[in-house]
Amino acid sequence: MGEVELVCIVCPASCTLRARLVEGELKVEGAGCARGVEYARRELANPVRHVMTVVKVRCGDLPVVSVITSKPVPKSCIENVVKATANLEVEAPVELGQVLIEDVCGAALIATRKVKRASGAGCPASPTTL
Amino acid sequence: MRERNCDTVVIGGGPAGMAAAAKSAELGLSVVLIENRDLLGGIPLQCIHPGFGLHYLGEDLTGTQFAYRLIDRVERSGAEVMLKAHVHSIDVEAHDEKVVNVVAPEGVVKVRCKAVIYAAGARERTLFEIGVVGDRPAGIFTAGEAQLLMDLYGVLPGREVVILGSGDVGLIMARRFALEGAKVKAVVEILPWPGGLMRNVVQCLKDFDIPLLLSHAVVKIVGKRRVEKVVVAKVGEDLRPLPGTEFDIPCDTVVIAAGLRPNVDLLERMGAAIDPATGGPVVNELLETTIPGVFAAGNALVVNDLVDYAAEQGERAAEGAKLFVENSGLPTVGWKRVEPSRNVRFAVPHYISGERDVIVYARVQKPERNVMVQVPELGLRRFAIAVRPAEMIRLELSRSVFERAEFEKLTLGVVPRG
Repeated sequence: MGEVELVCIVCPASCTLRARLVEGELKVEGAGCARGVEYARRELANPVRHVMTVVKVRCGDLPVVSVITSKPVPKSCIENVVKATANLEVEAPVELGQVLIEDVCGAALIATRKVKRASGAGCPASPTTL
Repeated sequence: MRERNCDTVVIGGGPAGMAAAAKSAELGLSVVLIENRDLLGGIPLQCIHPGFGLHYLGEDLTGTQFAYRLIDRVERSGAEVMLKAHVHSIDVEAHDEKVVNVVAPEGVVKVRCKAVIYAAGARERTLFEIGVVGDRPAGIFTAGEAQLLMDLYGVLPGREVVILGSGDVGLIMARRFALEGAKVKAVVEILPWPGGLMRNVVQCLKDFDIPLLLSHAVVKIVGKRRVEKVVVAKVGEDLRPLPGTEFDIPCDTVVIAAGLRPNVDLLERMGAAIDPATGGPVVNELLETTIPGVFAAGNALVVNDLVDYAAEQGERAAEGAKLFVENSGLPTVGWKRVEPSRNVRFAVPHYISGERDVIVYARVQKPERNVMVQVPELGLRRFAIAVRPAEMIRLELSRSVFERAEFEKLTLGVVPRG
């Protein structure tokens, strides 16, 4: 790898970090403190992010429920999370903290909003059980 | 027409209003919380990203999770809640007697109270305010509207998007569009630096290879039925477009994330003094406006970058309301002015007594590194490695620092370290 430039997000100083491999070891320049060096190492070795999106809800008082991964997932896996949620549909009611997918990219997918059940055409008052 | 009586009316069911109502009830006041939507929660209900509550609750929550915490607290506190209720006006009948005129589903309700906490939030700035001319076809949304559509109702507002403004709301919406399969063509920022937190620049734009055009402005929107393109130009130091630098960006959607302004119509009509620098009311350390017994909190007071500050202000206003109700006014000998000085755009509150602990919120005019935040009258100097307009300065001043100082006014400034 050549030189990689990163903006440190550890504190408001927002140092511009330049990282490169020298004889198999990562050298970081431009960091105002040790936390910046650590940030660059983490960000280059295994960058992770929380993923937030919405999932379709059947028979709810709202058509979607917001979700978040239970822990940050590898950055390269963000697309897999979004693809997994794109075709998912859950049935109301949805509770805060309910697990909607057990495992995607090593994390669970958790509801971050409540959706109450709304009864109407095709939606009996309680969820259908198979 | 119905009448009701209580100690405090809280206007607005977002974070500041919910914290104010819960705290007022916990302090023993009778409270009516008035919200014009059909549910409590306010804007965080449509914020599905984390970053909420780190200071206030000591946890990193999504906006939605944060909202539910406060909704639960309001329910436990015993505060009475009126939903789908619109405040028409407030009559000040006597120093400690106000009538809040409410249009509610049950008809007109007059709520008689001693104190009012105004927490009606902020509104989004419009295209007209930022001087964008041209057509007004379909496909133009404010960031808040786009967020509401996508994250509460599951509707994608467009496929090829240009975002105006790089504040945190604009950056977060850029990521939302990218994640849902839309193409974000650019985020256009008129200033030479991004408006939002660097964390959001990295995680919302760089992660998705979204271009950030600094020192650029959208000068025109073009489209017949739907947005077809925007015309973008470089701006000079005076922030005016430089002739000859225009270029087109084809798109079907324009999202305006040009910042917020406190909602102060009702306060203005009552004659409250407004600070032009914040757009919110002039307040003292208990967040009382220039109208005795009318307090302000949250984004209606000053546009905050953290929900935590909005909630904290709600609680502070509740403490003020409690003191006001018990003493028929705030028991304070005299108020001293807090003035912004070098590289400080505003400081809130505007008046302090020196008799209580106080929290001062301020924003700088421009980014600087290696500086001291100082209040010379108190001999206070605090080092900051960097200050940015996107990040509010929050200074806690304990009562003891005032006891040792003699002062007519306080000046808050940011100066180079040296």
